[in-house]
Amino acid sequence: MVNLLNIDLAAVDWARAQFALTAIYHWLFVPLTLGLAVVMGIMETLYYRTGKDFWKETAKYWQRLFGINFAMGVATGLILEFEFGTNWSNYSYLVGDIFGAPLAVEGIVAFFMESTFVAVMFFGWNKVSKGFHLASTWLTGLGATVSAWWILVANSWMQHPVGQTFNPDTMRNEMTSFADVALSPVAIDKFVHTVLSAWVLGAVFVVGVSSWYLLKQRHLEFARKSLRVGAIFGLISSVLIMLSGHHSAYTVAQTQPMKLAAMEALYKGGTDQPLTLIAGISPFRQPDYETQDEPPLKLAVPYALSFLATNDINGYVPGVRDILDGYTKADGTQEPSLEEKIERGRAAIAAIAEYRGMSEGVKSEGVKSEKFATASGNLQTDSSLFTLKSSLEENMPYFGYGYVSDRAQVVPYIPVCFYAFRVMVGGGCLFILLFLIMLWKPKTWNYWLALLCIPIAYIVSEAGWLVAEFGRQPWTIQDMLPTWVSVSQLGSSAVMLTFFLFLILFTLLLALEINIMCKAIKKGPETNNP
Amino acid sequence: MRWLTKIWYLYYDGFRSMTLGRTLWTIILVKLFIIFVVLKLFFFPNYIKEHAPEGDEAEFVSSQILWVDD
Repeated sequence: MVNLLNIDLAAVDWARAQFALTAIYHWLFVPLTLGLAVVMGIMETLYYRTGKDFWKETAKYWQRLFGINFAMGVATGLILEFEFGTNWSNYSYLVGDIFGAPLAVEGIVAFFMESTFVAVMFFGWNKVSKGFHLASTWLTGLGATVSAWWILVANSWMQHPVGQTFNPDTMRNEMTSFADVALSPVAIDKFVHTVLSAWVLGAVFVVGVSSWYLLKQRHLEFARKSLRVGAIFGLISSVLIMLSGHHSAYTVAQTQPMKLAAMEALYKGGTDQPLTLIAGISPFRQPDYETQDEPPLKLAVPYALSFLATNDINGYVPGVRDILDGYTKADGTQEPSLEEKIERGRAAIAAIAEYRGMSEGVKSEGVKSEKFATASGNLQTDSSLFTLKSSLEENMPYFGYGYVSDRAQVVPYIPVCFYAFRVMVGGGCLFILLFLIMLWKPKTWNYWLALLCIPIAYIVSEAGWLVAEFGRQPWTIQDMLPTWVSVSQLGSSAVMLTFFLFLILFTLLLALEINIMCKAIKKGPETNNP
Repeated sequence: MRWLTKIWYLYYDGFRSMTLGRTLWTIILVKLFIIFVVLKLFFFPNYIKEHAPEGDEAEFVSSQILWVDD
C-alpha cells in the first residue's frame, strides 16, 4: 500500500486554528443577537399590553443594541464557508450534498425573514399597527433562531452523521433522509442547548448594562425594570439549560463517548461513576490516560456521571482506555476496539479504491454505468462489484479509522475539554446566583458583579463551543473523516497568511462594535428619566 | 398598488431618517466588499475547481484521499 496523502501537517494545524478563530469571532456576535431578540420582544409585548410609552422607549433601546450587534455580526459566518472550499476541500467535497440543503434553507430563511421583519421593526414605528410591529419584532428573533437551527443541523451532522449513504462513484455522501438529518437527536439537543445558552448570555448582558445605569444613577426606572425583566428571563433560561444540559450529556454519551470521557478525564470507566468537580490536570500536556486510572487530586460527586450519561446512577460509562480497547454497551452490543476499527476502516478505503479502479476499467470498455447499476440492483452480473459495495457499506461507518496509525490520534486534547466543560458549567451556576441576587436584593456590589459577568458570559459561551468542537477531535465527520484527510494540500504559509488577515480584520470589527455599543449605552434610552 | 407605495415609503423614510443606521450600513457594506471581493477573490479560491478538470472532481478527490496498491 502507498499513502498518497502528502499533507503538510503544519497546514492542518493552521487550517484548524483559522477555522477556530473564525468560529470563535462569529460566535461573539450570534448569542447576543439571539438573546436580545427575546428581550426586545418581551419589552415590546409589555408596551403592547400596557400602552405605556416607557416600554416603547425601553423596547426601542434594546432594539438599537440588537441592531448594532446584528450589523456587526452579519455575514461573518460566510467566511467559514469560504474556508471549507479552500482549506477543507476534501471534507467539503465529501459532505457537499448533505450540507447543501440545510445551508440553502438557512440562506433563504435568513434573507427573507430577517431582511423583511428587521426593516419593519426599525422603520415601522408609527407606520404600521402596534400588533403588526410586535409580530415583526418577534419574527425577527424567530428568523435569527431558525437560521441558527439550520447551521446547527449541519454541525450536528458532523458530530453524528445520519441520513446519508456514501456513493463511491461520486465520492460523496448523499442524503437519503432529510428528516433524519434535520431532526437527529444531536441536532435537537444542540439547538435547544445553544439557543438557551444565547438567551442566558442575552440576559446577563441586559442585567449588566442595567446595572451600569444604576451605578451611574442614570435612567433609574428604565434600569430597574430592564434588570428585573433580564433577571427573570435569565433565571428561566438557566433552569431550562440545566435540563437541556443533562439531555445533551446523555446524547453525547450515546453518540460520542470519547468526547464525554475527555470532558471528564475519565481514563478507566465502569459503573457507579462519580462526576469530577475538579482534578489536578496540567493544562499544558495530555495526561497519561494509558497507565493512570484517574487524575490526581480528584474531587467528585458520587454516581453523578453515571446518572448524567445513562439516566441511571449505577450505569456504565466507558473511559478513554475502554473506548480504545472495546467494551460492551448497555444494550449488550460490543463496541469494537480501535484495532478492529482501523482494520475495518482500511477495508472500506481499499473497497472504494478497488471499486473505483474496476469502475475505470469498465468505463474504458464503455459499459460502465449499466454494469454498475445491475450490480447494485441485485442483478449481480458482476459479483465482485457487488461484494465490494457490500464490504463498503459494512465498513463505511469506520472509514476514518483507516487513516489512524496511533492510539493517541483518536483521543482529543483532554485538558481543553476538561477545563472548558467546567468553565461552562461553573459559569452557568454563577449566572443562576447572579439572577437570584438581582431579583432578591440588588445592591451596589451586585451591580459590579453583574458588569463583570458580561465578559464572563462570553467566555462561558465560547467554552461551550470548545467542549463541543475540541471534544470531537480528530474528526471533522465523527468516525468517518479525520482532520488530516479533510484538509487541502496547501502550504502552511498560505493558510497562515489568511489566519493573520482574519485576526486583524475580526479584531478591528470587534473593537468597532465595542466602541459603537459603548457609545449607544452611554447615550442611554430616550426615556423621560435621564 | 397602495400597499406597494406604503412599503416603498416604509423603506424610503426609514433609510432617510437613519442616524446610527448610516454608520452601521457603511460598516456592513465595507465588510461585504472585503469578504466577497477581497477575501473570496484573492485568498479563498475553490481548491477543487482550481486543481481538478471539470467533471473529474470525484477522481481528483479520490486521488487525494485514497490509499492505493503499489
